[in-house]
Amino acid sequence: MSFLPFARKVGAASVAALLLGAAPTALFAATPADTLVIADAIDDIVSLDPAEAYEFSGLDVVNNTYDGLVEINPTTLELEPGLAESWSVSDDGLTFSFKMKSGITFSSGNPVTAEAAAKALQRAVKLNKTPAFILTQFGWSVDNVDTMITADGDTLTLKLDKPYAPTFLYNCLTAGVASIVDVDTVMQHEVDGDMGNVWLNTNSAGTGAYVLKSFKPNQGYVMDMRPGYWRGDAKMAHIFMMHVPEAATQRLQLEKGDVDLARTLTPVDLAGLAGNADVNIQQDVGGQIYYLAFNQKVEQYKNTKFLDAMRWSVDYQGMADTIMKGVVIPHQSFLPKGYLGALDDLPYSLDIEKAKSLIAESGIKDPHVTLSVRNAADRMDVAQSIQNTFGQAGITVDLEVGEGAEQLKQYRARQHDATLQTWGPDYPDPNTNSSTFAENPDNSDEAKNTGYLAWRNAYDPGALTAESQAAVLERDPAKRVEMYADLQKKSRETSPFIVIFQQARNTALRSNVKDFYTGGAVDAAAYWLVTK
Amino acid sequence: MTSADLPDAPPSHLGRLLRQVGKTIFTLLITFIGLLAVTFFISRVVPTDPVLSILGERATEAQIEATRTKLGLDRPMFTQFGIYVWDALHGDLGTSIRTKTPVLAEIARYFPATLELATLATILGTLVGVPAGVLAATKPGSIMDQVVRLVGLMGYSMPVFWLGLMGLLIFYGKLGWVGGPGRLDAAFDMMMQFQVTQYTGMVLIDTALSGNWDMFANAVSHIILPASLLGYLSMAYISRMTRSFMMNELGQEYITTARVKGMPERRVIWVHAMKNVMVPLITVVALSYSFLLEGAVLTETIFAWPGLGRYITDALLVADMPAVLGGTIVVGAVYIGINMFSDLLYRLADPRAK
Repeated sequence: MSFLPFARKVGAASVAALLLGAAPTALFAATPADTLVIADAIDDIVSLDPAEAYEFSGLDVVNNTYDGLVEINPTTLELEPGLAESWSVSDDGLTFSFKMKSGITFSSGNPVTAEAAAKALQRAVKLNKTPAFILTQFGWSVDNVDTMITADGDTLTLKLDKPYAPTFLYNCLTAGVASIVDVDTVMQHEVDGDMGNVWLNTNSAGTGAYVLKSFKPNQGYVMDMRPGYWRGDAKMAHIFMMHVPEAATQRLQLEKGDVDLARTLTPVDLAGLAGNADVNIQQDVGGQIYYLAFNQKVEQYKNTKFLDAMRWSVDYQGMADTIMKGVVIPHQSFLPKGYLGALDDLPYSLDIEKAKSLIAESGIKDPHVTLSVRNAADRMDVAQSIQNTFGQAGITVDLEVGEGAEQLKQYRARQHDATLQTWGPDYPDPNTNSSTFAENPDNSDEAKNTGYLAWRNAYDPGALTAESQAAVLERDPAKRVEMYADLQKKSRETSPFIVIFQQARNTALRSNVKDFYTGGAVDAAAYWLVTK
Repeated sequence: MTSADLPDAPPSHLGRLLRQVGKTIFTLLITFIGLLAVTFFISRVVPTDPVLSILGERATEAQIEATRTKLGLDRPMFTQFGIYVWDALHGDLGTSIRTKTPVLAEIARYFPATLELATLATILGTLVGVPAGVLAATKPGSIMDQVVRLVGLMGYSMPVFWLGLMGLLIFYGKLGWVGGPGRLDAAFDMMMQFQVTQYTGMVLIDTALSGNWDMFANAVSHIILPASLLGYLSMAYISRMTRSFMMNELGQEYITTARVKGMPERRVIWVHAMKNVMVPLITVVALSYSFLLEGAVLTETIFAWPGLGRYITDALLVADMPAVLGGTIVVGAVYIGINMFSDLLYRLADPRAK
């Protein structure tokens, strides 16, 4: 048979060709000078339509391709005018007028007018995707949005249903869902009444520093800079995002110089990079908080002594220094650091003796907790530490490990006993967390107020609901800060929530990469300032 | 003479062929529907809620209901299945819940990456595995045999995740002999996306067809490590099987006869024995190939390789059933296709097989 010798020759030739091909790779190991190459895990992206995107990675894209009426300065994280030049509020606090900047265009070339801005906000409300509530909480609905949001000349008028704190509106207008989308362009690509939602998944139609060139789910995206950006041209001509799910792989790529930035490294990788002169680690906080929640349908979780005992049974600092090193910082209030009125103090620490005596006072014998945990490595580590320290205090903890979406369903149906969860704020205003942790207008099962974490835990915050609702209407900023401080204190002393950490964000950058801002707890990443 | 007296006319060649084709299509259809039914119904008893996984924590009950209705998840399960099969038979595998892209288009993007990797891995695995197995079989107990056994055992037993990372660390990180994760360097990847005609979706072939040899070399440098890793795993399997097939053949009388007649040992092994080893070996290689074509999830994850295995796994984790079912159909088709192909090869290798 002549097949084998032939195959042998072909095989030898192929192997030789492959080896030859592999040889010159050293030549290629550098990223192009005009391109920022990023390795990140971006499988959280559900949509790149600003009216729908509300995951971290999707909002990064939105932040660089669109702008809002009001923006957050990426370097100072302060509010600043965006597409609106100035604004004013009527005496009754119900009508806000925004004067639009002139001369700004969308990537299509269409001018940004007050009418275009009105259409964009109306579209987000009418599409009614998940983040739409950030806008509809001002009293806007599919039926009334055309009369509540109107344009006249260069002025955009927003009418609200209540005299909310002006900062509340401005903060919400910086959210991705309030981005000004070029509706005229988008509607040309409408399919089955989707208002261009599907088209916006692989295209952008905004005023941002970049234009989306391609997006492949779970693979990556490419963005090109757009000359004439109103905040100044982006320094890098292209952004090349590569979805690299494995952190160790990201680290290798960064060390080799095949990527400029790696955004999802583990504590082990960060420690490994510590001595590398070619790499800098940039640390800041994210908005996500880690918390334990106890369902008050279970009688023992209504016992304040027992709740208190558990607060003294968590090794906050120990976990942050070891298993969660670099990934979190200890944090014990429901507003993340960086938010208006956030409390940074840490009143609780691990104190087994105190916990034991509190349990004795509570009158609960041999307490037992079933803790639901997502099957992710970091969550399991935290849960095991809690199981251990609770055990020392005399509380038996059973871990119920499951898949994230499945546990979320259980949580929303109030079927859990206790759960370890994270919560990311939706917009950079304290109301985002205050409303969910400290408000529960109707604690009945029928209410199905799944959006309120208090409801999910059958927790009736009593007077806190009204206090939180008053804080969002408080027009004096200093008073507002005080009100949120008070709410956080009361919540951490009485609620069935134990906030344990705030997310820390570590970005590893090649040493020549400068001016990368992640947006901290309040905003998404800004690519347009980066140089290398 | 009546027609009843005539002997039955032998079925025409064309008729036989048609009947066979018809039978094959019928079997395929049943296999596919069975495959779909199993995947579909398993997916429905899994507690993950696809709606919640795409809408996330903040979704209101009204939004959840609206999405459920839009996706047809509020209908009876059998109706959903019926609709799905009907659409699938018309070439519509549905739209991915998560990405809102037609599943067929997504698979067309992911499958070539897997095909390219699996093919190269199988070629490498076979080229090394078969001679290694033969060598081991001809000198059982020798050092060569021990080495082949040890190397094979390592391939079986070492976690692919660890091997992949070590491979990357050594050959990419330290030595710099190969390209890193992904199918191309960033610069080439952008050129590939926007400047090169994608005939097949396989980077090696498309860059070669477009005559872009720098890019081809870069693609080779990226694929060589994951392909070698997967090739090593299939080599471990192929060499063990080759060894045992060959040992079996070498004990047969016709081999003794050939040796007694003074035939050179090389010829005895590589021609006479190999002819008979080929038949079961085809099955082994085909099985190993189709296994790799399902997509090697861990390897694809470490090497940031956008392949079918990762696609199906990612989809499964968010209960994106159209994507999972679409992927399953492709994997099923691959199995069936490779089986048919190896049947064909049997006939070439063994004239007795008709």
